[in-house]
Amino acid sequence: MKDNPFSLWVYLSQSPLLWLTVTLLVYATTDAVSLATRRHPLVNPVLHAMWIIGAFLLLTGTSYTTYFAGAQFVHFLLGPATVALAVPLYENRKRVVASIVPMLVALIAGSVTAVVSVVLLAELAGLPRDVVLSLAPKSVTAGVAMGIAESLHADPSLAAVAVILTGIMGAIIVTPLMNRTGITDYRARGFAAGLAAHGIGTARAFQVDEIAGVFSGIAMSLNALVTSFLVPLAVTLLVR
Amino acid sequence: MVMLASLGLILLCQLIGEAVVRGLGLPLPGPVLGLLLLLILLMTRDRFTLLARGPLRNDGVETASKGLLAHLSLLFVPAGVGVVQKLDLLASHGIAITLVLALSVVVTLLATVLTFRLVSRLLKQQDAR
Repeated sequence: MKDNPFSLWVYLSQSPLLWLTVTLLVYATTDAVSLATRRHPLVNPVLHAMWIIGAFLLLTGTSYTTYFAGAQFVHFLLGPATVALAVPLYENRKRVVASIVPMLVALIAGSVTAVVSVVLLAELAGLPRDVVLSLAPKSVTAGVAMGIAESLHADPSLAAVAVILTGIMGAIIVTPLMNRTGITDYRARGFAAGLAAHGIGTARAFQVDEIAGVFSGIAMSLNALVTSFLVPLAVTLLVR
Repeated sequence: MVMLASLGLILLCQLIGEAVVRGLGLPLPGPVLGLLLLLILLMTRDRFTLLARGPLRNDGVETASKGLLAHLSLLFVPAGVGVVQKLDLLASHGIAITLVLALSVVVTLLATVLTFRLVSRLLKQQDAR
């Protein structure tokens, strides 16, 4: 041990190793709790991992940049995981082709609703213009939403936060909401989850039902496409 | 070995996707194009057995992909922790932002699921006639 035990902490708190380990262990714990509660919607593993790690950063006075130097190795896998969605899609291709028409109509209806509703509600709530613009792409996956926000000269990091919050709320709400509507068609339920709540909704859908997960993944990919076109259009039409 | 080659194939699809999107200035995310590429590759393999080697044999790339997807929600944690940078904004507008996002997500879920059900019911009626 060196003369000053504090220097060990100073060294470790700046290393990517510590923050990568923290991310994995905290998530492993919140995921285990989620499993123990038989995937109760409110025990969402992302939500609880987020605030626990966030509180830990604030308590130790660690900057997000330092944290992200370690966590980026996990963040990077979002891209390959999107590519990997090809596999469940491939394995269920017959069912997907059979529902292509309802899928495409629901895609248009859902994408338009997602963008228009958030812009109108945000204006109604009197939020500042740059916040409204940053919230607009909230239903698509983080990387895409940040790109859209950037092209609108809005705040990409706020867009990312809006995306995650939307995803978590969607994942929490989707099962009770759908049960209340009495809809038992897991293609439709999954498709809605992926469209409204991107990857976090898709992760939730895979927990509930394999077919729901597949349709959720498709909705998430297609919505990323449509929303990229839709947001600039909606912003010109709706934002003062 | 197959595991490594399978991960390599997934990364390669993403890489080509990113390169094409950047090169042609397409308004879609690179990984989504990568998804399409891998899908086409898997379907072509079924047609031409010549392609069924390395990661495209014995469920190689299938197993690797399912491994990645098994912990999909973990991958959102680093971006989610970014909330700590936005605490000032959340203190001033947090309630409004949360309400707006919550309402919008409920409306979007309902619009999507109801449209899907309505259209598939209409199609079924048409088939029955």
